[in-house]
Amino acid sequence: MAEKVGVYVCHCGSNIAGKVDVEDVAKWAGENVKDVAVSRDYKFMCSSLGQKLVEDDIKEHGLTRVVVAACSPHLHEKTFRRACSNAGLNPYLMEMTNIREHCSWVHKDRAAATEKARALVSASIERVKFQEPLEPMFVDVNRATLVIGGGIAGLQATLELADAGYPVYLVERQPSIGGHMAQFDKTFPTLDCSACILTPKMSEVGQHENVTLLTYAELEEVSGSVGSFKVKIRQKARHVVFDDCTGCGICVEKCPRKVLDTEFEAGMGNRKAIYMPFPQAVPRVPVIDTESCIWFERQKCRACEKLCPTNAIDFDQQDELIDIEVGNIIMATGWEPFDTRKIPQYGYGRLANVYTSLEFERLCNAAGPTNGKIVLRDGKTEPKSVAIVHCVGSRDERHNPYCSGVCCMAALKLGHLVVEKTDAEVYSFYIDMRTNQKNYEEFYQRLLGEGMRFVRGKVAEVTDAARKPSEQGKLIVQCEDTLVGRQQRYPVDMVILMGAIEPQRDAREMGLKCGISCSMDGWYTERHPKLDPVATMTDGIFVAGTCQGPKDIPASVAQGAAAAARVSGMITKGKVMIEPIVAKIDEEGCSGCRICNNMCPYNAIEYDAEAQVSRVITALCKGCGTCVSACPAGVISGAHFSDRQIFAQIQGALWDAWQPQDAASQDAETVPVSAP
Amino acid sequence: MKYAYYPGCSLEAGSAAYDKSVRAVLDQLGVELDELNDWNCCGATEYFSQNELVATSVIARNLALVDSEHDQLVAPCAACFLNLKKTDKLLAEHPAMKCQVDAALAAGGLSYKPGRVHVRHLLDILYTDVGPEAIKAKVVQPLSGLRVAPYYGCQIVRPLNGFDNPEYPMKLDEMFEWLGAEVVDYPVKAHCCGGHMTQISEPEAFELIRRLLQSADEYKADVILCMCPMCQLNLDAYQGRVNGHFGTSFKLPIVFFTQLLGVALGIDMKKLGFGKELVSAEPVIRSKLDGSSVGAGT
Repeated sequence: MAEKVGVYVCHCGSNIAGKVDVEDVAKWAGENVKDVAVSRDYKFMCSSLGQKLVEDDIKEHGLTRVVVAACSPHLHEKTFRRACSNAGLNPYLMEMTNIREHCSWVHKDRAAATEKARALVSASIERVKFQEPLEPMFVDVNRATLVIGGGIAGLQATLELADAGYPVYLVERQPSIGGHMAQFDKTFPTLDCSACILTPKMSEVGQHENVTLLTYAELEEVSGSVGSFKVKIRQKARHVVFDDCTGCGICVEKCPRKVLDTEFEAGMGNRKAIYMPFPQAVPRVPVIDTESCIWFERQKCRACEKLCPTNAIDFDQQDELIDIEVGNIIMATGWEPFDTRKIPQYGYGRLANVYTSLEFERLCNAAGPTNGKIVLRDGKTEPKSVAIVHCVGSRDERHNPYCSGVCCMAALKLGHLVVEKTDAEVYSFYIDMRTNQKNYEEFYQRLLGEGMRFVRGKVAEVTDAARKPSEQGKLIVQCEDTLVGRQQRYPVDMVILMGAIEPQRDAREMGLKCGISCSMDGWYTERHPKLDPVATMTDGIFVAGTCQGPKDIPASVAQGAAAAARVSGMITKGKVMIEPIVAKIDEEGCSGCRICNNMCPYNAIEYDAEAQVSRVITALCKGCGTCVSACPAGVISGAHFSDRQIFAQIQGALWDAWQPQDAASQDAETVPVSAP
Repeated sequence: MKYAYYPGCSLEAGSAAYDKSVRAVLDQLGVELDELNDWNCCGATEYFSQNELVATSVIARNLALVDSEHDQLVAPCAACFLNLKKTDKLLAEHPAMKCQVDAALAAGGLSYKPGRVHVRHLLDILYTDVGPEAIKAKVVQPLSGLRVAPYYGCQIVRPLNGFDNPEYPMKLDEMFEWLGAEVVDYPVKAHCCGGHMTQISEPEAFELIRRLLQSADEYKADVILCMCPMCQLNLDAYQGRVNGHFGTSFKLPIVFFTQLLGVALGIDMKKLGFGKELVSAEPVIRSKLDGSSVGAGT
């Protein structure tokens, strides 16, 4: 029996109708394409009236297939599937044709765009006739969640979920949670102490009955899919037995090996070979850095082991792999600072008194190596003048084209701290001052009144090549003051470089493990930049904080909470729908060659050794089609993407070249095979 | 290794020491240089500011002269290198101009397809193609004890050239570390020497030259290494005038980097063109290095 197809062409206001003659496309399809029972155009198909049009036609005309030519299926496929469902038609018998993003928005010539829209609609009509009714599947959602990264975003997400009563695994690669926020002195614009507002959250996480904290641990492998992920975590050897350690700190105190702390202290202070990164570390269990420990270097010492009152030191401890099962994963892997050595003309690493912003945070932190005293590298001289350079590695096509967003405010904050703690003159070199959140502009205005000097211009170089006696022994900042329109030289004692915020070096690799992608810059890609900022294209994987893009503390906290809310919702619902668009293997024809087994990016094909055939694990299959095209016997078919559907679609697109009488003699299911 | 060689006018006259030392050093390193037959002047900085089409045609003639046995052209002079490289790029990017240049070349029975010849600076060839292992293996007189200040000038580091960091180049620094010298990492190594400003406004030019001499002097350099004839001329020949103008007493020898590279390779100083510079370099080099063995090689 011939199908009865309903075709609906959307104007989308003028978005489509402005470039495509939608009335003509609808009329043409109704009059010229076989099996079309109804063909209409409508101002906004996605409106409730537009949906009702579809529903009524299905009931009234007994439509068996529906084609909606409108925007991207990303936006409204669900809408029209629901409309079909409401009218009693299986939702997978509806096909959406994108004549907006793929047509009206990208073409200038109205006649050509209309011609293309006809071809696209015709393709969908031919395809939809071969579509089959499918039933979605539902899987249970594991109530546990994995949060990767123990910075402020990850901590917030963890607490939200744990407080709601759900189990959370929090994995952090450093020995303590806290992230970069633990390193800062003050936070803008309120100037409250960073540690004072962070550490209560850290200890809450550390003590929470619903939180399993895995620090000094790395994500190793993720398999499974939304609702039931299987995750392998590598617990790196601390060389301290976690359960035996009381955190007394005697080992740290007695350790004879002092090394430069390039992590927490950003190279400004020292730590021991056995250490906790900072006094408020959570958990209070130290780790041995095997790179610098005397025992690991030359089998001598063991002072920590001898002095530990609970015998918690274990030099033979090995990395351990931990398997966990979770329903959802929140990535909160954070950022790392730009390597300011990449801009050699700013002198970092060559000129002693050039600092990175993170170094300066430690320098003016009361708990830092100088107890908060702002002094030059000689350890005693207070600077009389300080230059703060904005946009180091940000807004720079040679490094990162994006704006790091937070550095203007951080630079203002650091400038304020210099003014507050010293008598130094402060110069801030900026391109544009970006202070666009609540109370930020007010903070800027306040600082303008504090006597800081602002120079609008990109710094050309920081040099010690004096040209005048007054420049001798100083660092000279050369910059065009673009407000005055002149090259100026500013001799100062100290320079602070506001380095860009960059993605973690292994962000891409971590993303691949979870099946999520990165933007060109290396930030995780959200499902929708405006309307779905914490979900990703992979169901069950969410992102929060700076791993998704540069942001400040309030925004990171908001995203952490948002991701937790999304996960909460899924757990409360208990079940998650899985698209029935999956591959199926015809076991009769399967030779058991196993080529498809290794090709599947989701590990969704298993091999039955007894029956000597491969089978698709439906819950894991994403319907990507890799196995379908790889099978040498051609016995794997992809639901909703069968050969028959694809060939029909191609024939439909080429309606003006394709002669129906040729097709009549051709079985669409037969794929040409060369004779043996 | 085999390259077409474009010496340029300066290397035939004021900077003969550069040409002499380039030939001696590359011969010692087993690099074959085949001088272009009948090459002409690159026009320096002046042609381009007068008439772009004429400038491009004149330079393109040199590119067209590179025979089919060579696909790489080496130019030691910074201005020649930049002009040749720029012309190749202009011809590739501006088809209309290329048509006119083609007609000019055709009148002389020549033709050139942009991109056929890869224009390279001498430093790039030594650093990249010859490389550290081959150079280190040939060092017979390490330069230990000699403090050298590499001076890049402003032309060869332009972004178009791509072989070193345009803001803070380091390749010449690295090469002299291979040779055992104490390399002075002074901040003005890519600042301008003033070029032809000496002919236009002496006070401006002298100030630019003074900045370079002063910085190298503050960093206690024994000698400044140049890779551009203009830079060498300005720093060396005007050093006395600069001293007179500012009341300073700089006495810094300015040599081409290939001259000192030749010393490290054990080549006789006479074959390297020493003695042509106004502030004599030989005494300081001999006194800092073990005088007796300098130049005792081939």
